[in-house]
Amino acid sequence: MRALVWHGKEDIRCDTVSDPTIEDPRDAIIKVTACAICGSDLHLFHNLIPAMKPGDIMGHETMGEVVEVGSAAQGALKKGDRIVVPFTINCGSCEQCRRGNFSVCETTNRNKEMADKVFGHAGAGLFGYSALTGAYPGGQAEYLRVPFADQTHIKVPDGLTDEQVLFLSDILPTGWQAAVACDIEPEDTVAIWGCGPVGQMAIRSAVLLGAKQVIAIDRLPERLGMAAAGGAITLNFEEDNVIERLNELTGGKGPQKCIDAVGLESHVSLAQPDTLLDRAKQVVMLENDRPHVLREMIYVCRPAGILSIPGVYSGLIDKVPMGLIMNKGLTIRTGQTHVKRWTDDLLRRIQEGQIDPSFVITHSVGLQDGPEMYNVFRNKQDGCIKVVLKP
Amino acid sequence: MNLRANSARMKGDPRILRSGRGSLGAADRLGRALGWFSIGLGLVQLLAPRQMTRSLGMQGQEGLVRAYGAREVASGVLSLSVDRSMGLQSRLLGDAADVAMLLAALRRDNPKRDNVMLALAMVAGVTVLDVVASQALKARHGRERAQPVPRSVTPHRGDRSGFPQGLARARGAARDFVVPPDFRSSPRPV
Repeated sequence: MRALVWHGKEDIRCDTVSDPTIEDPRDAIIKVTACAICGSDLHLFHNLIPAMKPGDIMGHETMGEVVEVGSAAQGALKKGDRIVVPFTINCGSCEQCRRGNFSVCETTNRNKEMADKVFGHAGAGLFGYSALTGAYPGGQAEYLRVPFADQTHIKVPDGLTDEQVLFLSDILPTGWQAAVACDIEPEDTVAIWGCGPVGQMAIRSAVLLGAKQVIAIDRLPERLGMAAAGGAITLNFEEDNVIERLNELTGGKGPQKCIDAVGLESHVSLAQPDTLLDRAKQVVMLENDRPHVLREMIYVCRPAGILSIPGVYSGLIDKVPMGLIMNKGLTIRTGQTHVKRWTDDLLRRIQEGQIDPSFVITHSVGLQDGPEMYNVFRNKQDGCIKVVLKP
Repeated sequence: MNLRANSARMKGDPRILRSGRGSLGAADRLGRALGWFSIGLGLVQLLAPRQMTRSLGMQGQEGLVRAYGAREVASGVLSLSVDRSMGLQSRLLGDAADVAMLLAALRRDNPKRDNVMLALAMVAGVTVLDVVASQALKARHGRERAQPVPRSVTPHRGDRSGFPQGLARARGAARDFVVPPDFRSSPRPV
């Protein structure tokens, strides 16, 4: 089969690889009908996530048709089922899964010993996201082995297109969880940094959950335009003073709820000198991540407010004002997404027409064009916000 | 390369049979090669400045050569990073500094004048490569991309709100959602 394979920094190739096979009775194999490039795949593209190895297959936003089912998964799945594959692999029976904390499933990380050493305690296995999360081959491929398939799937009802449901795999529940973590009340202002795909989903989620106003912060006109179409007030941080504008829009008190949908690769510019220092440190490996957005939202958030962080961070960050967090009594919520915890509800909302996540797609190409689309997406060319690959 | 990649696979995981089209272009490869060249030259300047000044008739300028070496290494590291264009631009500035230093050494009384001329020719050649790589990287990775973008197989329908029933109906439509207890944070005002 063909698959997008990581060979090193900025080196992803559309290779021919051997087909996956059933390895465990709980496995299933799907023929991929649609998959997507996620913003967090760019961190792998830039080799900022440790423990990627040449030969790793990329991709964690995938759906397809079941073509083979292991004996222990046959009660839950059958050939011909259309399923979306959550990016967090979950067993469904460990203590964390029983609590709904699927992204920290205690069973599914194949490299638990290594991950325990790095993280203290391992999280769940993830598709296509380095040896630290189990080294599972990803779904930017023609076929995918789905481990723990009896649990790790979302069945697609008839009548919905791939584009409507594909993002149940990651960005829709990720944006939703980020907004739910804000525990939004009708008087709340929710400020969202980053209008990439997860930011866009967080905006729609905050609107649906009834925030009084949603403020979206970015610098790219096409992303701000899409944010405005979803009901957000937009701030261009290259033109507006973010702190001043957020205070103006909240009667001088700051937003109650802040969402960081940017993560470890915040934009670097002369106008934000801390980002230059962070970038320099990152190049010489004195710091893993660039936490400009964290600093800004800690500063501007209303006391007793909530910081929700769906953006991916990989390791160590510098100069984050813990004193402000403590003295303002801020609550921080973060984590990989407990995808399955939210998808039944979100699927219902898609079916009822409350939301159609396909709005975010700007490019839909064949798998063979995947490597070049990594460049187009990374470079923000051609108005690119979300790339879907059709193997 | 594929042998190494395949040997790191877990049992049963797909192995590479044949490598295909990749994301690295010729401009990226040239930029990286110039980055490694920069690091190599910089290390020589940092570690053996006396040999360098002697061969160019610039004795006494070892400190300056070391400073240039540090600059070369920094440019090289940047050229190997994802900020490759910035690295190439810093190399171009460095080329100008190199030319200025060598022109200063091109005195009639310099017994190594021939070596200086040769060095100038080499710097000119590398500058051409830096200009070519810099332009090609801009065309490939600049926001205004000069190369065509792969054509979409299914163009998007155009509505970007994400709310099929309209924005007004969407506001608060999910207020029926019950936030789980472990996601509740703020006590309600009394």
